[in-house]
Amino acid sequence: MSGVDGDALLSLERVRKYFSTSSRRLLRRPTSHVQAVDDVSLDVRRGETLGLVGESGCGKSTLAACIVGLHELTSGRILFEGTQISGLSRRRLRPFRRQVQMIFQDPYASLNPRKRVGTLVGDPLRIHGVGNEREIRARVHDLLSLVGLSPEHFNRFPHEFSGGQRQRIGVARALALSPKLVVADEPVSALDVSIQAQVINLLDDLQDELELTYVFIAHDLGVVRHVSDRIAVMYLGRIVELAPAEALYAGPVHPYTEALLSAVPIPDPELSARRERIVLQGDVPSPIDPPSGCRFHPRCRYATEICTRETPALLEHGSGRLAACHHPLDRGVVAARASGGARL
Amino acid sequence: MTTTDVEAFVQDIRATGPQPAGPWKVAARRLRRNRTAMAALVVLIVIAVVSLASPLYAEHVARTDPFVSNVGGTTIVDGGRVDVLQESGGLGLGVTPIGPTWDVRHYFLGADNEGRDVAARVLYGGRNSLAIAFGAAFGCFLIATSFALVAGFFGGAVDEVISRGMDLIWAFPVYLIAISISTVLLTQNLELGPIELGSDSLILPMMIIALIFVPYVFRPIRGQVLAVREQEYVRAAIAQGASNAWLIRREVLPNVLPSVIVLLPLVTAINILVESGLSFLGIGVQPPAASWGSIIGDGQGLLYSRPWVAIAPGIMVVLVVLALNILGDGVRDALDPRTKLRVER
Repeated sequence: MSGVDGDALLSLERVRKYFSTSSRRLLRRPTSHVQAVDDVSLDVRRGETLGLVGESGCGKSTLAACIVGLHELTSGRILFEGTQISGLSRRRLRPFRRQVQMIFQDPYASLNPRKRVGTLVGDPLRIHGVGNEREIRARVHDLLSLVGLSPEHFNRFPHEFSGGQRQRIGVARALALSPKLVVADEPVSALDVSIQAQVINLLDDLQDELELTYVFIAHDLGVVRHVSDRIAVMYLGRIVELAPAEALYAGPVHPYTEALLSAVPIPDPELSARRERIVLQGDVPSPIDPPSGCRFHPRCRYATEICTRETPALLEHGSGRLAACHHPLDRGVVAARASGGARL
Repeated sequence: MTTTDVEAFVQDIRATGPQPAGPWKVAARRLRRNRTAMAALVVLIVIAVVSLASPLYAEHVARTDPFVSNVGGTTIVDGGRVDVLQESGGLGLGVTPIGPTWDVRHYFLGADNEGRDVAARVLYGGRNSLAIAFGAAFGCFLIATSFALVAGFFGGAVDEVISRGMDLIWAFPVYLIAISISTVLLTQNLELGPIELGSDSLILPMMIIALIFVPYVFRPIRGQVLAVREQEYVRAAIAQGASNAWLIRREVLPNVLPSVIVLLPLVTAINILVESGLSFLGIGVQPPAASWGSIIGDGQGLLYSRPWVAIAPGIMVVLVVLALNILGDGVRDALDPRTKLRVER
């Protein structure tokens, strides 16, 4: 993918998002919190694609919603080009909304069924008062052809389209304001596999053409691999490993990443048979009452006593890779053991 | 527009391809294909047109003023002149108004106790009844929908305050609250700034009926707003930077409007019944003006001798309520076959 030139377009600093579970009724019960995102710090560099992976419920989508300003943070801050955008009023956030747009997971639910395609794609421009109706119309035509739709689709309604086409509409809408950063929240997980590749390639082409930066969220490593420069792995609201894509696939440092990688299907039965498949025991613990110490320890096959006590810090393990683990996997050993997986 | 503008516009239209029918057009098409609903609509339109033409009928056909008593009047039956109020036979006590002559020019449906033409009064009454029912329905929906949008959209304390206020009205039985408000307002004129509403004003029953049904319309629509508000496309619009006004107007309202429209005919039908009820009790439309309910009231004492005085407006009420319900079902089927919205009572 496109080159990485290092400076941070978006910075998250110790971002926390807790959801209160107490009801707003007269009699308040003791409040408990869902720790959806807990102490996440990371930079998204200009021009890169940062993949964000993790199981369902690990907080990826919440993090995405925080970035685009759909949630207020519990603590921490978010900076865009060095300016703090978290905690701003909706009015003052508006100029930044033009720079940061989102592609939603569900191409059915995220398009207003009562609007025509032309209206859907042009609405971001209307919201921000960009251009008159004629200019908007022309821009929408450009956008539609940019995402591979025909201008004839202008007057259609979303229900007349297939899932892949709808997601293209969603992409066109996200690009209408020429944003710098696009947060794609599982943009292909609702699509057929054959369509997934089309949409991913489209996003890839658009990135080169429009110099976009992506935060690309997915729940399986197979999908993000194609697009990502760097990959952040989340588990129960925390980042457990952050590494350049190739390095991560070559040899994971965190045991959770190792388990995720072993679950990626290999389209070769022989390789698949030779590979060791790590099946995690149990379910993801509740984010209301996460395990002490390392949140992964109840399901980790390398866990020792220290893991139950101390929260591991996100530390450097070789060039540009970070992992939060008391027992990081030896990269040489892992690379040999997962040689099948490395050639996914 | 200059010619080049027009040309560009025409090209634009060509380039964007055919325009498929929107959801409203599709629904209208579906409704038009529903024969029962169309029949109901025709009945409604006929009744409305005939009612609106009531002054023409009174002036040019029946040649009578149905608002003044005509105790000593005469009319022509079978070429002979007869009294409108005839001496009762038997005991010789009091008088009995003339019965239906089935002659549209001369007391078609007979006369009431004051010697007034019942047919003309039924037409004038229909005008009032329909005006009140439809006016109240629109007023009610305007208020209820606005509150439902605000309460459902903003939620929290705003919702709590509005919803509890609605519960306050909801807590009273419909007729009880209608009767109490009417009684109070009829005994003293209502002053709204420069506008003074006397007891003979139609606005008064219209306002009362609109008000009492606000919570019944508010509730289901607020529920819809709550559901739509959580839709992903609303979140998408927020992420794009849309203002609250935009979200309510462009995202939420278009998606709850079908439910609003489904409820409209059903509430109008109920309004007809309530209006008739109030006027029957003498606290709706005030004499000498008529409404179907008040004519039924006039006919109450004549039920044995001249039943048509009460039956004629009764038939009108039944017809209109039935037609509105059938039309409402048709509208529901056409707009949103899945919803099971109804007015809770």
